[in-house]
Amino acid sequence: MPATWIFLFVLALAVIGYVLGRRKAMASAGGDGRLMHSLPSYYGYNAALFVLVPALLVLGAWLVAQPMVIERSVQHMIPETAYETSGELSLIMSDVHRVASGLETAVTTGQITAPQLEAMQAGSTDVRGLLGSVGVAVGSDVDAVTLEAAKSYRARNATADTLRNIVVGLLALAGMALAVLRTDKDYRARNSVEKVVLALLILAASLAVLTTLGIVFSLLANTIQFFKLYPWTDFFFGTTWAPSFGGGSELGILPLFWGTFYISLIALAVAVPIGLFAAVYLSEYAPKSVRSFAKPLLEVLAGIPTIVYGLFALLTVGPMLLTAFGPDSVGWMSGGTAVMTAGLVMGIMLIPFVSSLSDDIINAVPQSMRDGSYGLGATKSETVKQVILPAALPGIVGAVLLAASRAIGETMIVVLGAGAAARLSMNPFEAMTTVTAKIVSQLTGDADFASPEALVAFALGMTLFVITLALNVFALWIVRKYREQYD
Amino acid sequence: MYDSPALENTVDTKDIKISANNVQVFYGETHAIKDVNVAIEDKTVTAFIGPSGCGKSTFLRCLNRMNDTIDICRVEGQILLDQEDIYDPRVDPVQLRAKVGMVFQKPNPFPKSIYDNVAYGPRIHGLAKNKADLDDIVERALRRGAIWNEVKDRLHAPGTGLSGGQQQRLCIARAVATEPEVLLMDEPCSALDPIATGQVEELIDELRTSYSVVIVTHSMQQAARVSQKTAFFHLGNLVEFGETSQIFTNPVDARTESYITGRIG
Repeated sequence: MPATWIFLFVLALAVIGYVLGRRKAMASAGGDGRLMHSLPSYYGYNAALFVLVPALLVLGAWLVAQPMVIERSVQHMIPETAYETSGELSLIMSDVHRVASGLETAVTTGQITAPQLEAMQAGSTDVRGLLGSVGVAVGSDVDAVTLEAAKSYRARNATADTLRNIVVGLLALAGMALAVLRTDKDYRARNSVEKVVLALLILAASLAVLTTLGIVFSLLANTIQFFKLYPWTDFFFGTTWAPSFGGGSELGILPLFWGTFYISLIALAVAVPIGLFAAVYLSEYAPKSVRSFAKPLLEVLAGIPTIVYGLFALLTVGPMLLTAFGPDSVGWMSGGTAVMTAGLVMGIMLIPFVSSLSDDIINAVPQSMRDGSYGLGATKSETVKQVILPAALPGIVGAVLLAASRAIGETMIVVLGAGAAARLSMNPFEAMTTVTAKIVSQLTGDADFASPEALVAFALGMTLFVITLALNVFALWIVRKYREQYD
Repeated sequence: MYDSPALENTVDTKDIKISANNVQVFYGETHAIKDVNVAIEDKTVTAFIGPSGCGKSTFLRCLNRMNDTIDICRVEGQILLDQEDIYDPRVDPVQLRAKVGMVFQKPNPFPKSIYDNVAYGPRIHGLAKNKADLDDIVERALRRGAIWNEVKDRLHAPGTGLSGGQQQRLCIARAVATEPEVLLMDEPCSALDPIATGQVEELIDELRTSYSVVIVTHSMQQAARVSQKTAFFHLGNLVEFGETSQIFTNPVDARTESYITGRIG
């Protein structure tokens, strides 16, 4: 019986528990809901949760643990002489899995019976032919060790599955019995249900934090591996980025970091003023009718995939800039892909982030601030400049930083708009590249994951993570320091 | 019945500062103010009383065109400030509001320092020639607002950090700093405790020497204490307007009497 069935069984028990709990509570109060501690449905939910929570927790833990435990015990059946490295062992084990699943299919479709399977010997039976007939292709003949391991794997799994179903089923039943027994009109079902809700909220909140930690740790191991192979001084202070998979690469982060910084700077220089002005217009000046169609229209920009922006940069903005600044005019630019191209397009992409958030924040400034200012004879623009923007500043800084972290993390626009040359230059019309774009190019293709040229991607990612984190902390500090409270 | 009925307040004939003739106000379809005629004297405290929703705040906001900021609001009739129609298209409402200052129901200091709050008006109207001059204006306004002694050592602390009563006096000082000719106060004490209320009332009485003050209030005791003239509004009509002493002791209209004796409200 697969896990789905026991899951459905537990769900069904929960529904029964709901009905029983509710009915018992109602009965103990003589059908008068006012005599009960909680609303009737709370008794039902309480019983259902008593069924669901322990049973599903155990089921979940079991589903995670069972493959690991069985895997380990089956591995012991493979003699150590059969393999030399862990890679060979994992090859044998994947064979075992395939044979086991083939045998399982053969038994369920009725090709062979369970006793026949027990008696099966690698030498005497055509295991390969049998597996082929149920749709599992095996590269070579199945040897005795693999067959025995597969048989044992299958048997242990079947036993464990049965055991699991019994344990989970009993637990669900016990939960229901306990809940229903405890239910009477004075039982505090509402409090007990709300405790579960609280636990759910805590779980959701901690998952986000744990995921962040998980991401850091997954990068950390590879980053440490990289710094064992490549000196960290050369990585952080090297001014040349020249990876070559043949060895002897120079992997200095500075050109990439400069590219990221430069492109983000141009993007923000475009997005922040335009976005902020748009927000001020929309929230303070625009009539309702204009606002109601202009705001969603502006937000459409945020929904366009960045690869489309990349195409826009490659096909429209790049050639346009080239006509304006290229060899035919002032000669500052030699090709369509340049820091300026990517920066401008990225800036356009970021406008809705800045404008939409700032607009919400400006709207949240209380009307009494505006009234106070108008009452002193200030004009609209004086009010905006001297009262509303200062009051909204912390939120606006937040919006700008959100835009900044988007800019730093952006990849597709850079790949298509800024080129792939890692270069340290002040000229915004030259092609450069960013950290993210290089992470992609180092990890795509058939890179050997043990070489510094591939591992450098993790170090780059880690550095980027630390920098954005520092940026956020810095922003929070700024916001707290210059916050102007208005309540 | 009242703490100190303003019977002994001297009442002389004074110049008319604001006169409203046949003023109508509409909020969309709602006729909020119906045919109001009132003459507000210079250097006098005029109180607007009446039950909630009777239109007294709406009328007050007509006097400095604050209703302009509400899209659906429409004002008809004539309001003269020093014989000039304030709804004339040639009048800049921004200039008008510099002359007719306003203090609101809830203290609304800007999220700036105490100094910057008071200097806000003088700065935008260019009233100070230099920094020393501005310091002077701020100090004078804070003294007039009867809050100088409490804040003189922390002028650069945020205005929002003051207590409610201090905030309201700061707002009054802020309004006074632009040197208005008329000061409109929309229930200035409704968010304050009795002690702060007493301080603000004292301040209002003092401001009367230089300005024409119009105050909207829910408290009849307050109207009796601080004002020389009282106008009673009911359902958008100006029911009765006259000397405060006369309104509170010998009202002409039956509705006024019902209201001040607490039967309608």
